[in-house]
Amino acid sequence: MNPKNFNRLFFVPIQGASLSHSAAAEIFNKDESRTDWHDETLWFVREKRDKAVRQIAEWEQLRSLGSSIKDHTLSNLDNYLAEFEKNAQANGIKVHWAFDAEEHNEIILKIIREQKVEQVVKSKSMLTEECHLNDFLAKRGVEVVDTDLGERIVQFRNEPPSHIVLPAIHLKKQDVSETFHEHLGTEKGNNDPQYLTEAARQHLRTKFIHSQLAITGVNFAIASTGGFVVCTNEGNADMGAHAAKIHIACMGIEKIIPNAEHLGVFLRLLARSATGQPITTYSSHFHQPRVGQQMHIIIVDNGRTKQLGRPDFRSSLKCIRCAACFNTCPVYRRSGGHSYHTAVAGPIGSILNPNLDMKANADLPFASTLCGSCSNVCPVKIDIHVQLYKWRQELVSEGYTASGKKVAMKGMAFVLSHPSIYRVAGKMGRWMMRAFPFIMNNKSLNPWYKQREMPEAPKQSFRDWYKKNKQ
Amino acid sequence: MKVGLFIPCYIDQFYPKVAVATLELLEKLGCEVVYPLNQTCCGQPMANSGFASLSDGCDKNFVANFGEVDHIVSPSGSCVLHVKEHLHDQDEVKATYIRKHIYELTEFIVDILKVKNITASFPHKVGMHISCHGQRGLNLSSMSELTAPSFSKPAYLLNMVKGLQLSEPKRVDECCGFGGTFCVFEEAVSVKMGKDRITEHSVNEVEYITGGDVSCLMHLEGILKRQGSKVKTIHIAEILNSD
Repeated sequence: MNPKNFNRLFFVPIQGASLSHSAAAEIFNKDESRTDWHDETLWFVREKRDKAVRQIAEWEQLRSLGSSIKDHTLSNLDNYLAEFEKNAQANGIKVHWAFDAEEHNEIILKIIREQKVEQVVKSKSMLTEECHLNDFLAKRGVEVVDTDLGERIVQFRNEPPSHIVLPAIHLKKQDVSETFHEHLGTEKGNNDPQYLTEAARQHLRTKFIHSQLAITGVNFAIASTGGFVVCTNEGNADMGAHAAKIHIACMGIEKIIPNAEHLGVFLRLLARSATGQPITTYSSHFHQPRVGQQMHIIIVDNGRTKQLGRPDFRSSLKCIRCAACFNTCPVYRRSGGHSYHTAVAGPIGSILNPNLDMKANADLPFASTLCGSCSNVCPVKIDIHVQLYKWRQELVSEGYTASGKKVAMKGMAFVLSHPSIYRVAGKMGRWMMRAFPFIMNNKSLNPWYKQREMPEAPKQSFRDWYKKNKQ
Repeated sequence: MKVGLFIPCYIDQFYPKVAVATLELLEKLGCEVVYPLNQTCCGQPMANSGFASLSDGCDKNFVANFGEVDHIVSPSGSCVLHVKEHLHDQDEVKATYIRKHIYELTEFIVDILKVKNITASFPHKVGMHISCHGQRGLNLSSMSELTAPSFSKPAYLLNMVKGLQLSEPKRVDECCGFGGTFCVFEEAVSVKMGKDRITEHSVNEVEYITGGDVSCLMHLEGILKRQGSKVKTIHIAEILNSD
């Protein structure tokens, strides 16, 4: 069989232009020293997280508390969202509701057109990535400038972020230097981080000063006050929101927390889990527009209520987007965010994205060894690896599996259900491996053998030995 | 104590020496061991690939083989975890009993037999590979992500072995990348993960890498052999059973 046919049989083709996770990861791994660098960079963040959480005696209780608050909120989401809307409106904030990504994007476009806005800045918001807002607006002649440094770098390069907290973590300073040389006219070959950051700072200052509209994400929206909190390390959400006449904050429905006091739980969990910092540099609280300013909030569903209706997967909506599961994931660290071909990559993305499009994301729950490290670092105790396992069952039962895999699994299940057939098959298999090793020792047909030797096939099984020696 | 020995299919076929060591070790420790002859597989290969719906036959066969013993012991944390979490049958009373009385080898020795001495000798430098399912699923040792006090059932036993020098890799409990069918469907990442584990053990100049799951060791062994390395893999049962 030629390898192309092999792949067709055993891998589900991914819709659209993107490669499957395994194919993209194989390309990523071709440059081994770069893979090592990527792995070590993210492991460094994981270690920082470990040090930070060990400084808090009650860390595990804090996780339980965060998890319980989120569980409670998800079970009372309708009430809390309505309470939030009422209080936000009373504060003078305009509240919009969007059923899906398209509606979310249309609402923003409408505000831009009505207010005749030409300059738009945006601080980090994974929701707007999920909705592909930048592309949508660009096609309609509106340029959005991302103001998070990492996001600006990937925006210059026409790439999506590869990590939800560290969007340009896949790039080295040399890559940034080349990108800035091309787009900002910095000195060619100057890789000094301070020099490059200063260039970005000057560039972004001009954008902030001239912006008429600032878009931000929302980390936490507080039902009882109608206010919301945006966390950044660069202060770019504040720069944008305070300089522009219009502030639009975009949030998924799951960003609600009941009371302001709950921030005392989540702000402690978030920064430690994300980067090992005790708290994010800027935790900016927005409650009402300043005089002469307009403040909008767009509350977006985009598949979240569907996920809420799936008993096995609803708790994925507890996610506070810290990316601790990315940093700890041995697969993510060695395959890079772009291999996941979705806005939110990593383990959490692999349980969120099949909900949005099962066919396009059928490969993602399999991009894991189910080692369980993700669930252990999750600050709100989402059982991520259990949900990866459950998504696999769901995808197979919905028919999103390659035909060859299905046939192989059926054959395997048949053999293993019949002890006598299992014994004959085992004996024959071992005999074949000894007599005709070239059948298994074929790099294009046997992926195991590409970089690993096959185990030696002994003449007798344990059962054979047992019958001879113990009975 | 009557113990039913569960030998996972790939150990039965490819690593009978691990099964022999497990059997001999349990007998040395005073157990009456029976090996039900019609056992095959726990069903995990299908279930982890999304085909749990096809594992009924395996479940039925498992209950038929192990329905009559007090305890079931197996030299594989991963297969034990699968049975514990997913075994169901028409005879749910028996299935439930099995789920509650199946043990990975080291947890059985430490928690049920409460062994305080092991008379084994293994004068070598050995690196400990912690397998994820045994650790994070069966709680055989503390986990680097959690802030709980540290402990390890396998290391507790290995430290009783005469002459054995135990070392840990820098990242104590990172996955080796085997992951069942992951090892072929995500071949590139799987091998890279295995190579990285091996590099960390090699820095410690170990002669052997040991662990509680043959599947992880088989994957590491395949890479070691391809690299032409002198480092060998050995299951913990073989060390605990060595004279």
